[in-house]
Amino acid sequence: MPSPLSIIFQAPSSPRLPSFFLPVFSPPPPNPVLRPRFVSLKAMASEDGKDHRLARISSSIRVIPDFPKPGIMFQDITTLLLDHKAFRDTIDIFVERYREKNISIVAGIEARGFIFGPPIALAIGAKFVPMRKPKKLPGEVISEEYALEYGTDKMEMHVGAVQPGDRALVIDDLIATGGTLCAAVRLIERAGAEVVECACVIELPELKGRERLGDRPVFVLVKG
Amino acid sequence: MSACKDREQDPRIEGIASSIRVVPNFPKPGIMFQDITTLLLDPKAFKNTVDLFVERYTGKDITVVAGIEARGFIFGPPIALAIGAKFIPLRKPRKLPGEVISEEYVLEYGTDCLQMHIGAVQPGDRALVVDDLIATGGTLCAAIKLLERAGAEVVECACVIELPELKGRERLNGKPLYILVESR
Repeated sequence: MPSPLSIIFQAPSSPRLPSFFLPVFSPPPPNPVLRPRFVSLKAMASEDGKDHRLARISSSIRVIPDFPKPGIMFQDITTLLLDHKAFRDTIDIFVERYREKNISIVAGIEARGFIFGPPIALAIGAKFVPMRKPKKLPGEVISEEYALEYGTDKMEMHVGAVQPGDRALVIDDLIATGGTLCAAVRLIERAGAEVVECACVIELPELKGRERLGDRPVFVLVKG
Repeated sequence: MSACKDREQDPRIEGIASSIRVVPNFPKPGIMFQDITTLLLDPKAFKNTVDLFVERYTGKDITVVAGIEARGFIFGPPIALAIGAKFIPLRKPRKLPGEVISEEYVLEYGTDCLQMHIGAVQPGDRALVVDDLIATGGTLCAAIKLLERAGAEVVECACVIELPELKGRERLNGKPLYILVESR
């Protein structure tokens, strides 16, 4: 059985198996209590013929087991970035959704939000605002602390980047527990702007990130 | 901040140069930090920046745009999307999952490391390396080495800003460098 890695890095003209057909480790023991441990990425329900784009986007994402630590199935979007059509389609779907919505700010969360946010901002004519780990942004910043599994971390945004009256999107590659997205939303709201929606490529619904964001809307392309 | 000599004709450069903010004494005393976040807050300047790179590289059979973490992730992807190339993130240690190759490089004190995924780049790929700024050229040099170790040809390095006094150009293994603005 070829490794998932060799299949994902085939030349684009070769047939590509969707990643959810590839077992990424040996089958689970036959215990009905244990939930299946492979992640199948389900494309969102189709709207107006988006099916074909979502299937390709979904199958271009690689799952790496036990990264960064044992038990975590890491959703790796770098393989999506190697598939020009899938990357293009990902951006197009977000742009189609937001172009007529008077969005003035696209905030991207360091570092993978920096990959998806700017192309969206450029296409819809919005400002791009990087939301960063501590001590990366020069000049005056505001900080928001958020909880990790063990301990806390901090997110920073430039003072003056966002004004009252701004309408903002928050972009990241993935929503898990919602902790980082929540911190980003708080920073933007503290600056007086409205967060219209959070947008991610991937959601891990079992981690209940949506609940952490309260009634703020979340839009995703694929679910793990 | 001055426009480069052979690009003074392009009317877009002035707006780009003036949108960049200089923050003194960051990250430490004596450093005049070139802050591109204010460029990103100017949609016209940001679009013009990307357009200038895209115009240069369209039709040059570039198959890979490699962006250096983290500000190279802001400029690289829009260029890659516009010219039909793959985007490859070059990252600090332990960020990329799966198999990687590493290249160490020298800092003022000590060393750091840049990593790239195995399999992202193949022999025959023609690559650009993109970052917001070239200073000493250390990170760009490490990026070039990673791409060449994987068998790709590095066609050019592309940055928004150069600090020419730090002579980064001389550290690029003879690879050409294209920039939009110089800061002296």
